[in-house]
Amino acid sequence: MARVVVNVPASAKRGELIEIKTLAAHTMETGFRRTQLGELIPRDIIRSFVCAYNGEEIFRAGLHPAIAANPLLVFTAVATESGTITFTWSGDNGYSATQSAAITVV
Amino acid sequence: MVRRQRLFRDPVRRHHRRLRLRLAVLLLGFVGAAFAAEIPPAERRSGYEFMGRETRAMQDDETTNPGMLWVLDGEALWNRKAGAADRACADCHGDARASMNGVAARYPAFDATLRRPVDLEQRINACRTDRQKAASLAFESHELLALSAYLARQSRGTPIAVAIDDRTKRFLDAGRETFHRRQGQLNLSCANCHDDLWGRKLAGTPIPQAHPTGYPLYRLEWQSLGSLQRRLRNCLNGMRAEAPPFGSPELVDLELYLMWRARGMKLESPAVRP
Repeated sequence: MARVVVNVPASAKRGELIEIKTLAAHTMETGFRRTQLGELIPRDIIRSFVCAYNGEEIFRAGLHPAIAANPLLVFTAVATESGTITFTWSGDNGYSATQSAAITVV
Repeated sequence: MVRRQRLFRDPVRRHHRRLRLRLAVLLLGFVGAAFAAEIPPAERRSGYEFMGRETRAMQDDETTNPGMLWVLDGEALWNRKAGAADRACADCHGDARASMNGVAARYPAFDATLRRPVDLEQRINACRTDRQKAASLAFESHELLALSAYLARQSRGTPIAVAIDDRTKRFLDAGRETFHRRQGQLNLSCANCHDDLWGRKLAGTPIPQAHPTGYPLYRLEWQSLGSLQRRLRNCLNGMRAEAPPFGSPELVDLELYLMWRARGMKLESPAVRP
């Protein structure tokens, strides 16, 4: 289950700095660990995260094997106009998740 | 070196030193005996209070608490039909936010058919096999953790209150006995650390009082949600003791004792711990 949770303030003043929090359920298997029988557990991580504000990319992150499971990303943006903020995670083994949140700017 | 040798040459002084040593050992013994009592209610503290600021903030905010990922999956499972009976949990119990409010704070609870206390996970599985006619879920499986996290979430803020009566008393006593019994290659009992040395450090991390206030909880070390039994088995392994298998009566009795020991403390599931 590609479960994700995002938190964007429902409304903000124009020009205000808003905090965006995102959480994605993922094991973030490093690819360096082995089973008890010595077999390498293949890498399975989220590789990239993109946040777009009304279609325009405002934040991007590359994720790597040392990042903990269920990565939590917190970042800020300037509230410019009302609209939709979309979030996209993609990774190994065809992993992909999207979520969006509406924001009203007054 | 020279001074030391002279000291040991004096038989009277040596005798005094031995006496003093014996006295110190005796005193230490008394202090140990005085310590081995239950923690007074006013001094009881949840593991939450031993955590750093960042970890507390992570738990308090439901949008950063990773345990919520399981809670949300649990909500989906609650409403999904399963088994030969083709019934969802919600078909009998309705809205969990109302029907399951405060329930997790009462577990482990006495089960009339098994004639012994069962914990929340066992209760969920009993419902699955008896009512839904579905296969029981494996301990620590994502589904069982999700369902138990969802149920425990409905009791957030509820004071822990397990029912102790004639039927459950002997299981409580068995759990208490396990808690105080020295075991494993390190010859430690749970009480040695959690009653006597809480607040002190073990390998740089604070020793909590072992109140199960937040289970199932997200342990950063595990990178996952885990049950109280996982934590207990973890601790027993650390003591180099033989950990009973998941769902064994011994672990449930210990869970019962720990919940009784934490009676009145508020449930904070899904908690986050370091």
